[in-house]
Amino acid sequence: MRGQPLLSPVIHREKMAAAPVMMPYFGQQISSKSDLVPDWTRQEVSTGTTIMAVEYDGGVVIGADSRTTTGAYIANRVTDKLTRIHDKIYCCRSGSAADTQAIAEVVAYQLGFHSIELDEPPLVETAANLFRASCYRYREELTAGILVAGWDKRKGGQVYSVPIGGMLVRQPVSVGGSGSTYIYGFMDANYKPGMNKEQCMEITAAALSLAMERDGSSGGVVRLASISEEGVERRVILGNQLPKFSTH
Amino acid sequence: EASKVGCSVPAARKTGTTICGVVFKDGVVLGADTRATEGMIVADKNCSKIHYISPNIYCCGAGTAADTEMTTQLISSNLELHSLSTGRLPRVATANRMLKQMLFRYQGYIGAALVLGGVDCNGPHLYSIYPHGSTDKLPYVTMGSGSLAAMAVFEDRYKPDMEEDAAKQLVRDAIAAGIFNDLGSGSNIDLCVITKNKVNYIRPHDEANKKGVRTGDYKYKQGTTGVLTKAVTPIDLELLEESVQTMDTS
Repeated sequence: MRGQPLLSPVIHREKMAAAPVMMPYFGQQISSKSDLVPDWTRQEVSTGTTIMAVEYDGGVVIGADSRTTTGAYIANRVTDKLTRIHDKIYCCRSGSAADTQAIAEVVAYQLGFHSIELDEPPLVETAANLFRASCYRYREELTAGILVAGWDKRKGGQVYSVPIGGMLVRQPVSVGGSGSTYIYGFMDANYKPGMNKEQCMEITAAALSLAMERDGSSGGVVRLASISEEGVERRVILGNQLPKFSTH
Repeated sequence: EASKVGCSVPAARKTGTTICGVVFKDGVVLGADTRATEGMIVADKNCSKIHYISPNIYCCGAGTAADTEMTTQLISSNLELHSLSTGRLPRVATANRMLKQMLFRYQGYIGAALVLGGVDCNGPHLYSIYPHGSTDKLPYVTMGSGSLAAMAVFEDRYKPDMEEDAAKQLVRDAIAAGIFNDLGSGSNIDLCVITKNKVNYIRPHDEANKKGVRTGDYKYKQGTTGVLTKAVTPIDLELLEESVQTMDTS
């Protein structure tokens, strides 16, 4: 089916967790048979995206850009891709906007129900497995790359990656989305285990800025959130306040 | 098989369309143009694109006309039943959920792109809903082939907490931008102002494209052509049935 999205334009099985590949992304949009009919009828809405999640001792920091595209048009420039699944469990969404919204809403329902049955806050690993169950079962139909992150009493801050295809792996740091390709090098060089919350916030903001600068499908504002035992703290960094790296 | 006979399958009627919505101080204003196209031909010069969902919620529809019509009617019906069941005025978020879950189920084959707006117990709300089932909750949204023209107007002049008249003017101008700059949109501007206690469905709010009056006349006067011979043969016919159907000459 034509016009599937555009966050990770690669829909074939890569050995690495959904490493999005550089594809001639803009070539798809140039052909427009009818000028009367806009892009959204042919291109699905995609969260182009750069997303990131980092564990620290006592919690997690998650971040995302805010751009949603239909073809070359930005459908929403202030998207919130950090979606609440439960009080202290959030997910970062990349891929098809419709697919990830639908999955997140289903998982939020399932987890809420489960939590009421347990009479306890749910585990992050449980939420991650619910995502994995949906993403793996319907892997042929879905385009969803999701980072599940949160805090629970048993294991503290945790980040789980559920890329396209439905794999599940826990990682101390994870990046995702079409813009993530540009920051793997930055993360390898600059991430060190044992960072505190503020350092995690800074490295996330820096990495997202770099990716947004280079990836056409990522942009807007940087949304950050930290999740710990105390609760969830959300921040927004506007375009003009982003860390600058380029001198030209 | 249709092409073998020499005919082509008629294309589904699409509303080329400009639709938009804005949240203002006391509620939401929804706007739409009134042109429905079949390919490059205008099928309906004055169609209604703002659909009723519930007394406090209305929905503009772009895309395939049949899909927007039937989808909004279905959700409107289900929402009324839901409202009777809960004993409460329906919420915009509920309508949004019902619409997105249905559209996602059909994986984009229902070509309905909607701007859903209304006022409920939690205040005014505005959603844009795409055919594949993704939604965005925003203070101002545009959809349809004229959405880029309308969005340009919004991005220039939108302010939070506008007064009703300013909001109506803004929506009117955004739709006008779509009407005059997009071939798929045209004719008049319909508005729908929804506030906590009142809904003002203004159709039309602005007749931006009134048909002109002909200045000249091509009829020749009686007697211009000379008559040489005249032969009259009366044919006796019995009148069985008479029915009158008015043609739209507007």
